[in-house]
Amino acid sequence: MKVGVIVFPGSNCDRDMFHVLTNVFSLDAQYFWHKNGLPKNIDAVILPGGFSYGDRLRAGAIAAHSPIIQDVRKMADKGIPILGVCNGFQILVESGLLPGVLLKNSSLDFMCEWTNLIVENNNTPFTSQFQIKQKIPIPIANGEGRYFVDEDTLKKIKKKNQIVFRYDRVVNGSTDRIAGVCNEDGNVVGMMPHPERAVESEINPIDNKPSSLIFKSLISSIGATH
Amino acid sequence: MSLEPEELNYLKSKIGREPSSTELHIVAAEWSEHCSYKSSKKHLKMLPMSGPLVISEKGYDSGVLDVGGGYVITAHIESHNHPSAVEPYGGAATGVGGVIRDILSAGTRPIAILDGLRFGNIENDKQARWLFKNAVTGIADYGNCLGIPTIGGEVEFDECYSNYALVDVAAIGFGKKENLIKNHANNGDLVVLVGGSTGRDGIGGSQFASDSLETEDRSAVQIPDPFIEKLIIEAILEARKHNLINALKDLGGGGLSCAISETADTLGIGIEMDVDKIHTREPGMHPDEIMISESQERMLIITNRQKLKKLQEICKKFSIACSVIGHVTSGNKMHVKKGSETFANISTDIVANAKLLDRPSKKPKYLKLIQKEKKLKPISNLSKTMMQLISSPNIASKIWVYSKYDHEVGIRTVIKPGQDASVLRLDNGKFLAVKIDGNPKHCYINPREGAIGCFEEACRNVVCTGAKPIGMLDHLQFGNPQDPEIFWTFLETLKGLTDFAKYFKIPCIGGKVSLYNETPKGSIKPTPLIGILGLIDTKPLFPKKIKLNDSLIIIGNTKDELGGSEYYEYIHKFVGGNCPRVDFKESKKNMNAVLGIIKRELIKVVHDCSKGGLGIAITEICMTNHIGCNISINEVPGEKLEFERILFSESHSRYLLVLEQENLKEVETVLKEKKVPFKIIGKFGGKKIQFLQGKKTMIDLDVNKTHKIWANSLKDMVLRG
Repeated sequence: MKVGVIVFPGSNCDRDMFHVLTNVFSLDAQYFWHKNGLPKNIDAVILPGGFSYGDRLRAGAIAAHSPIIQDVRKMADKGIPILGVCNGFQILVESGLLPGVLLKNSSLDFMCEWTNLIVENNNTPFTSQFQIKQKIPIPIANGEGRYFVDEDTLKKIKKKNQIVFRYDRVVNGSTDRIAGVCNEDGNVVGMMPHPERAVESEINPIDNKPSSLIFKSLISSIGATH
Repeated sequence: MSLEPEELNYLKSKIGREPSSTELHIVAAEWSEHCSYKSSKKHLKMLPMSGPLVISEKGYDSGVLDVGGGYVITAHIESHNHPSAVEPYGGAATGVGGVIRDILSAGTRPIAILDGLRFGNIENDKQARWLFKNAVTGIADYGNCLGIPTIGGEVEFDECYSNYALVDVAAIGFGKKENLIKNHANNGDLVVLVGGSTGRDGIGGSQFASDSLETEDRSAVQIPDPFIEKLIIEAILEARKHNLINALKDLGGGGLSCAISETADTLGIGIEMDVDKIHTREPGMHPDEIMISESQERMLIITNRQKLKKLQEICKKFSIACSVIGHVTSGNKMHVKKGSETFANISTDIVANAKLLDRPSKKPKYLKLIQKEKKLKPISNLSKTMMQLISSPNIASKIWVYSKYDHEVGIRTVIKPGQDASVLRLDNGKFLAVKIDGNPKHCYINPREGAIGCFEEACRNVVCTGAKPIGMLDHLQFGNPQDPEIFWTFLETLKGLTDFAKYFKIPCIGGKVSLYNETPKGSIKPTPLIGILGLIDTKPLFPKKIKLNDSLIIIGNTKDELGGSEYYEYIHKFVGGNCPRVDFKESKKNMNAVLGIIKRELIKVVHDCSKGGLGIAITEICMTNHIGCNISINEVPGEKLEFERILFSESHSRYLLVLEQENLKEVETVLKEKKVPFKIIGKFGGKKIQFLQGKKTMIDLDVNKTHKIWANSLKDMVLRG
């Protein structure tokens, strides 16, 4: 089982994600520089957080045009599990792989704090091990994390069960308290909070078990398809 | 932007001719107070700088400590006061950038940032609020983009910083001992400039920082670009991995002048360089400008011809410029050319070694007057006083600040900001606790005791997490050193720090002196800032939830030491009185007792008493745990004093311990054995924080209401505009 971690210029959670994949969940992870292609034998792809291109223009806007995104798109079409975290989510949204946009937080400030997520869809490769409405204590750290979609799109993504996570309270002004969404097929998931910062008890002051299920779901879904 | 007449004569006598214009610019930059430490260098030698864990290498801008298992910690502290006072966003951001590159130049990856911020009175000074808000945003935007967590620090407000700002940034690095860069160079090696382009920003920044802020020379402030810095970090670490770097130096104050002359002088080499080879931001820059530009995000690398191609490939991968600007020569001259024309050719030992000064010092007159006590107005409603203190800018929660900093990235932050000290996990299974502390109110009343107090407070904070202090960083910030009274306060500070460092065997591993911190109303209060690194071999004390009937113990004596306290200054508007003094023996005893008890895992929470004294420290414990407490003030060990004095004295060496009743006996036995002064003074439960004198409730607070005010008051103040 091989998981690719894409590195853009300015990615800064790539090493954290790599540590969690390899040292915590014993997965075979490999970095891929944004200018290179993705090999065919990859079982899952993760776009980590950070400030790709220093958030110039708009968070994720430039990275969405990196050469590697073409390969990500192909893999998304093939149904391979793809997860974008924080800046990775912003890149997936900017590249059109996920619906909506991410705007500046309603406070207009960068926010680093612990939040609670509510699982709304357990039919994705990253949430299959959760109960619906299960709570996940998890930190956010972003300046442009306010998820926004217009009313028509909201209706559509609700109907297609594309809302994966909601915050349990109003955190940053996101439409319908949305914290994470998926594509129509459910294999591409984006989320603003950082699961890689919550899966080890040493650095999670609340409870590390729920967020671990994101990675355990991935392991079981890769195992099931291969 | 020039040398003093006697310095010019000294320069001429050294080189035996008239210096060229470029040479004058180079020397003026390097001989500035900021780069040369000419006022302080002679005296700084008194600090102990070696120890069993200290690794010293040639040409490092950061201190190195061996933390075991083949790993090292690097650490450094810098300030960016003058730039931040005129352009707080860019000044603070580039302050972060500079200290990060100091960590990088040892070949270690930066893993944490701490910031110490000081401004005027934000309650009624709009400009102080503007400076505060923008400095915090500058640090946040820079550190967050780099992906280096800002894990701690402190913020303080005092009238003495009106129209001014102190922005201090400390950085920590981590790496394998074998990957430290051993600076060396051979004849013919190449000198390479990597990173951002050289522009007209920050020209003469180091001289700007070595003058009083009379002219707001905005062009002297550098422009931040954290994205380029992030690329440089990754490129340098990759180049290090491939062993492509012979020597490495950050470009900071003094720009190329400083980097070239100091590298050459340290390594005993000469460097010949051509300014036409430097990638500049705009055409037509004169060699004088290029040599002293302080444009950010630049590193100087010495490599050789065989390694150059790979180095260029790595830089290309990260899209950062990489220019071969010169080569290493025999001899010791820095030879600056533009094409074939020579603009400077001067010995680097002259450039890099300004004539050191022995400035006169004199005890300030104000000190005698200020140490007298004053009869204070009696207070009728102490609960109200307590709430005033809780919501005051210096005591209110700093969550508004640290929630803007990504303090989780890097997934090392085990104990997060808002506690006594922050703790990082290391790859060797150990933990590193870090804290920076300053206290200008104490230092103003008694520079020596005040400085010692800052040192002890920072130690106390890391001790509260279970860490043993292993290294110290000092940042000494004062006004104009040409004033003998100010220079006296500098010397007293240094002597105090030296005494404490020697007694506790804590080496000074790095530091910085920032002088000429003058505001329109005069010089700042003496503001030494002390950073402490503490090591935990097994595991830190993770604070546990406090429950009904848990007990509160105080260790250490409370004395009549309210000089410079928040109670005197904020409530009574009185500046003066008895400054708290550290009793070294008592301090050591208490520290060891606390560490011993933490090791035995008998304790739920340890918190030190500092700003606002015992009263505030206990209230903080209650607020963060959302639980009430009943406290008998009569039981507090120490001098027999009035209720308010016991509550608000800022005596050092005091710790509060929270524990379950079932551990009480064992803890008491240990503390008795260690012969430390202690008493059980409170019991937790309910939602009321009640301070009792005998049976009389003197202060009665609702914990939830108090918490709300404490948590929000700083934000409310800032949002006032």
